[in-house]
Amino acid sequence: MAEMRYREALNQALAEELERDPNVYLMGQDISVFGGAFKVTEGLMDRFGEKRIRDTPISENTIVGIGVGSAMTGLRPVIELMTINFSLLALDQIINHAAHVRYMFGGQVSVPLVVRMPQGAGHQLGPTHSHSFEALYLHVPGLLVAVPSTAADAKGLLKTAIRDDNPVIFIEHETLYGQRGEVPDDPDFTVPFGLAAIRREGSDVTIIGISRMAQTAERAAEQLATEHGIEAEVIDPRTLRPLDLDTILESVAKTNRCVIVEEGWPHGGVGANLAALIQEQGFDDLDAPVGRVTGVDAPMPYAKSLEQISFPHEQQVIEATLALFGERKRASRG
Amino acid sequence: MTENPLPAPEVSLDWLKSMTLIRRFEERAGEQYTRAKIGGFLHLAIGEEATIVGAVAALRPTDYMIATYRSHGQALARGSEPGRVMAELFGRVDGLCRGRGGSMHMFDLERRFMGGFGIVGGNLPLAAGFGLTSDYLGNEAATLCQFGDGASNQGTFGETLNLAALWRLPVVFMVTNNQFGMGTSLERHSAQTNLQIKGEGFGVPGLECDGMDVVDTWSVTKEAMRIAREERQPVLVEALNYRFRGHSIADPEDYRTEEEVLAWSKRDPLVTFADRLTAEGVLSAEQREVIDLQATEIVDAAVAFADASPEPEPSSLYDDVYVLSDQVRGWYSADHRGAGVQKGEDLS
Repeated sequence: MAEMRYREALNQALAEELERDPNVYLMGQDISVFGGAFKVTEGLMDRFGEKRIRDTPISENTIVGIGVGSAMTGLRPVIELMTINFSLLALDQIINHAAHVRYMFGGQVSVPLVVRMPQGAGHQLGPTHSHSFEALYLHVPGLLVAVPSTAADAKGLLKTAIRDDNPVIFIEHETLYGQRGEVPDDPDFTVPFGLAAIRREGSDVTIIGISRMAQTAERAAEQLATEHGIEAEVIDPRTLRPLDLDTILESVAKTNRCVIVEEGWPHGGVGANLAALIQEQGFDDLDAPVGRVTGVDAPMPYAKSLEQISFPHEQQVIEATLALFGERKRASRG
Repeated sequence: MTENPLPAPEVSLDWLKSMTLIRRFEERAGEQYTRAKIGGFLHLAIGEEATIVGAVAALRPTDYMIATYRSHGQALARGSEPGRVMAELFGRVDGLCRGRGGSMHMFDLERRFMGGFGIVGGNLPLAAGFGLTSDYLGNEAATLCQFGDGASNQGTFGETLNLAALWRLPVVFMVTNNQFGMGTSLERHSAQTNLQIKGEGFGVPGLECDGMDVVDTWSVTKEAMRIAREERQPVLVEALNYRFRGHSIADPEDYRTEEEVLAWSKRDPLVTFADRLTAEGVLSAEQREVIDLQATEIVDAAVAFADASPEPEPSSLYDDVYVLSDQVRGWYSADHRGAGVQKGEDLS
């Protein structure tokens, strides 16, 4: 094990896969000379050259399309979109092309493409630069969706994503890049898709946290234990397609209560989807309605005071959990 | 008709056969559509045969060809079996894409026909991607990307031409200017109506060919492919042509006059080419008839093949949504049926 930052773990995964397979190449804005807007690709150009670490113009839709075309013909592109906000410009290539060419051409080709991009609020970037879109990509059959929340998962899931033959939407988080974590040294360390991680064991309630919210859920669980005597089991699904629903249902069968925490909007969100699946498959296990904690149903405001109440923090998770136990008492803010 | 000399007689006759096959195939497809054998949209290439056959004739078997939602002809010209193209139109299992794509999404990997694409302008970035693969692997394959005049207004046009020129990708972009983006005429949809110069600002020089003349289209495309392949310089070729039928079968054609259609029909690429072959002693009247009959026979057989092909099994619905692997052991649902084993999953 070595301790490193989330961004360093990603960098290591990219370097190892570039080393392993000569057909893996990287492409994105400012990833080569500049080293990436969040420095994930730092040093890779010096090591692998400009042919494999390619700076692109600001043309998101075409960058993804070139990735799709090269993937259809034998290469394994890993694209960095500077943030998930700009992926909206590439939706046609992501949905109509990356996700669908294999199906619509009867399985004649595959698209081994990874699109990496960070999401999330918290830097006062306002409505256009603070999105969380895992629900949007979860919606699309043909895509795989990974949402790593730790350095080890960032590395292990990215290596798996690059080796898989399906198009993968790989959603990082802007506020996690600087976080440190233990990462296995083994160059063949990978994390499989469709296997949730149980971050904390507990018997009273299941809290599912998506992307960064897995960490928020974990911190909320510690407070629930110390301040309210509630032992929460915290699950990080790690990938949303494929989804490890079995682990979630087993946990709910044990705890009989569930809260889902995500940063994105409530309508049509990951929580809405998971809540539906849990009530369909585990209705008899539930002692209370499935709780959801989401970003607020509004664009992201700039003002710090407003931004901070627009996405979930530990307090909202604690309140939503206590509500499942019929408790009306509210811990004071701060 | 331009001054280009004809190629060898057997080559000329092959082109005529190919153009005739496309014409008869498209006519029959239109007929089958009215008999409800074919669903969805049906975009016919009647009138555009010279642009298709001339362009495809300029390609090597290892080159990539990519086109639009109007691409039955490209598949046929590239050598796809007519029966499998028709079966795709019929939505049958023996269709080129097993009934998943339909008229707008033909694809034949074996012949490097890399697809018909339903989104206007959506295919240009993919063409650059094929070019990048050729460049990356250091091979001689080049790519021909056809799209319509309407697509030249899409963002992907500028983005892709810029990138192709910047990275010196071996791609020929061919804008088939049939004068209309669906029902909007060229001068009403593009400020620059001389489309061959529309790429110059992006570093992509233009050439023009007479898309109603198979020899001229072949000659210009061949030179463009040479420039792309040898000089690693992408080229934009404007092929001027005209579609004799509506944009799709469901097109009342209120946007153009009968006189205009009549004037262009006098330049019917199939008729003018056959006339020229006859005039230059390459084609006898008897041969001309035989070629036409043979095309009709091939199309008859294609319809019979498509008719006999079964409809896809419901159990195949989820096939090829994903490549199954250790990561994706089956189709993973997030819908109301929950996450249990679904049809199409292989958990063996």
